[in-house]
Amino acid sequence: MMKRIVYREWRIPPARFWGILGILASVIGIGTLSFGYMEHQGHWVTGMNNAVVWGLPHVFAVFLVIAASGALNIASIGTVFRKPIYKPLGRLSGLLAVALLMGGLLILVTDLGRPERLIVAITSYNFSSIFAWNIFLYTGFMAIVIAYLWTMADRQGGPFNRPVGILALFWRLALTTGTGSIFGFLVAREAYSAAILGPMFVILSFAYGLAVFLLVLMFAFAEEGRVIGPKILRRLKNLLALFVAGALYFMLIYHLTNLYAAKHDDFESWLLLHGGIYTFAFWVGSILIGGLLPLWILYHPEKGKNCNWVAAAAALVIVGGLSTMYVVIIGSQAYPMPLFPGQTILESGFGDGVGGRAASYWPSIPELLLGLGGVAVGLLITAVGVRVLQFLPESLADDVVPVDEETLGEAAFAKPA
Amino acid sequence: MKDENRTNLEPVDRERRTFIGAAAGVGASMVAPGVILHAVEAAPRATSVSSDVRWGLAIDTAKCAEGCSACIDACDRENGLDLQTKPKPLSESKWDQQKAVWIRKVKLQDNQTGRITNLPMMCQHCEDPPCVDVCPTGASFKRADGIVMVDRHLCIGCRYCMMACPYKARSFIHEALEGQLTSVPRGKGCVESCNLCVDRRDYGEESTACADACAAEGHNAIVFGDLKDPESPISQLLKALPTRQIREDLELNTGVRYAGV
Amino acid sequence: MAKAALKASLFLGLMWALVAQVVLADEVKRYVVEGSRAAELDACVEPTERMRRMHFEFIKHQRTLTVHEGIRGSKYSLAGCVDCHISYNAEHEPQPINRPDQFCGACHAYAAVDLNCFDCHASVPNRPESSPEARAAHAAAGVGQPGHLAHAHPGGGER
Repeated sequence: MMKRIVYREWRIPPARFWGILGILASVIGIGTLSFGYMEHQGHWVTGMNNAVVWGLPHVFAVFLVIAASGALNIASIGTVFRKPIYKPLGRLSGLLAVALLMGGLLILVTDLGRPERLIVAITSYNFSSIFAWNIFLYTGFMAIVIAYLWTMADRQGGPFNRPVGILALFWRLALTTGTGSIFGFLVAREAYSAAILGPMFVILSFAYGLAVFLLVLMFAFAEEGRVIGPKILRRLKNLLALFVAGALYFMLIYHLTNLYAAKHDDFESWLLLHGGIYTFAFWVGSILIGGLLPLWILYHPEKGKNCNWVAAAAALVIVGGLSTMYVVIIGSQAYPMPLFPGQTILESGFGDGVGGRAASYWPSIPELLLGLGGVAVGLLITAVGVRVLQFLPESLADDVVPVDEETLGEAAFAKPA
Repeated sequence: MKDENRTNLEPVDRERRTFIGAAAGVGASMVAPGVILHAVEAAPRATSVSSDVRWGLAIDTAKCAEGCSACIDACDRENGLDLQTKPKPLSESKWDQQKAVWIRKVKLQDNQTGRITNLPMMCQHCEDPPCVDVCPTGASFKRADGIVMVDRHLCIGCRYCMMACPYKARSFIHEALEGQLTSVPRGKGCVESCNLCVDRRDYGEESTACADACAAEGHNAIVFGDLKDPESPISQLLKALPTRQIREDLELNTGVRYAGV
Repeated sequence: MAKAALKASLFLGLMWALVAQVVLADEVKRYVVEGSRAAELDACVEPTERMRRMHFEFIKHQRTLTVHEGIRGSKYSLAGCVDCHISYNAEHEPQPINRPDQFCGACHAYAAVDLNCFDCHASVPNRPESSPEARAAHAAAGVGQPGHLAHAHPGGGER
């Protein structure tokens, strides 16, 4: 028989908790210092330039934003698609979504040339800009997810749970498509003028969000000695494997369509063969570390059942995700813009890709620290959240988690959740 | 600071320059400022710009000389870009990619025929500018007279316009500046690009700094004018010469047209 | 009832604001720097009181008109502020107007209001000889009368 799900605050020893908070706070502090340094000096201290205008901070920020929307998946599967086994995970899923989004947005804001003018971005809109729409998408997402969390946690919110969950699901799809479209609408850049970028970002977000979710869940449970039963672990790791495979498939389609469209041939051969660091990041980072290796672990008959291996796979997906973002965001800026088809640029006063050479970009330390600071913000919000509020289920052992349709045959007598 | 950079002024220029300082500063106490400005023919604009004109450039690449940088130098002086200084710890090669450039020379070679072409590239002042579409705050805008420019009061430095521009025409100001020109305010953290010498437009001047400099060199490769006036030299030239837009495939209807590319 | 109370408090508030301003105006030190053109004039482009309270509104409105509509030479131009309020040291060098001992800088320091116009705008009259405004000024004063240069200061662009 199914037991009632009990949620409980994260009760690790105070010394341990404050230690974790201290580490996160120092990473945030260092990130803040980097921000101050970059803003005071100007962006010349970064690796960014007039050709590669978005650097490592955007890699982290976009990763966090799409991981945020992906993290909400677990809650959606529970409420919208009525899979009761995921229900106990809904609260953490919502919390992570808000926290990661905050982290990502903070990076975006602190990387602006004039961050003190944020008020301008809030008061002066250009509605033809997908960027301006994203400001609404992001703030709306946060509000909806907070409402969603309330419906999950409060008895009075119960009746609204599913409607709000459905709204959140559609909103997160819009958000990720919107984020992908920031790049997809850039007709000027060869790598980006592909409609598939929007849906590809959605499937990438599924994978990254779940990977982050898994790691956080496993860490939080291991710290306190709570149990993750093999049943739910199998479900989660299968889901992750499915998303990773989906992401690989979309990337394959993306590059195949680019190859098929003759005008993108040059870009593809550059990226896949001669792109130096970008070729490496693509094959080793995105495909091997972020795709094939985790798939191998997750579908391995032994390793796939082992908590540590599953955690390792999730970590690999995150590393691969960051390098995918690096390739998508930076690689496509570095590749020279096709100004004069059929002609080779011999000299240029502004680095127009002389002789077809890619623009140079090498991330600086402050950029990296800024990005890590944003990650730490997300984790700090999560850590404080699970500590003070009842986000985590007491146990995910097999006999506690709700029955789901896979085992319905055995438990046909169980009441529907 | 500025004068150090401009020690190569001709003596006459120097004299005029000192005079200007006087006219604009203490010397002007003799005459009220409004009187000074209205006394001349090229009066500052008092009414809004209208869409009856569309400013543009026609560039005849056949006349654009290899190795000549007159247009770039003139643009730099006009807009104070020559006042940019490389932050000390920065390498030359990195600074080349980070400093602001409004106009640049590009040398091309046709892959099939080996024919060499020289041309200046700058903001193409599109009729449907992608930079304006994407700007989240509306800082990137198109003036009624077709000039695409940045309102630096609204620019938050997100650089999305630079991502969107098909011509790589825009620059981000990476470092703190000082000694800016009165006529061209610019500062750290904003994006900027060629604005067809917008203050010359508003003071009723004939041409742009680059076109003037090109003519002074005797090349006459750059012609500035009103694309909507069929009698203007630029319209006449565009009627006579086969010209095209760069990246015609994007259908942006650029205000800068090239012959011989 | 509530409405009346609201009106009354609004009225009182306004009165207080006015009185406070007048008192302040008396107490406030004059920030116009001796030796600037402004020091010789009775008032700015608007009465002093109005300028003290409204100058930012004027400049802000003007900046939109200038940048987007191309309207120049209005009486509220920031360059006009600088031209008139700039002061010169013994060497006839203009002193940046946002410096804490100069017109804009001193008052903004007193009022503790951030002043960032001059992050981008020139803080000294500073027109290259090629600029249209400069040519306009030239023509008005009559170029080619070097006699005027006798007492001129060198280098408008010096900071």
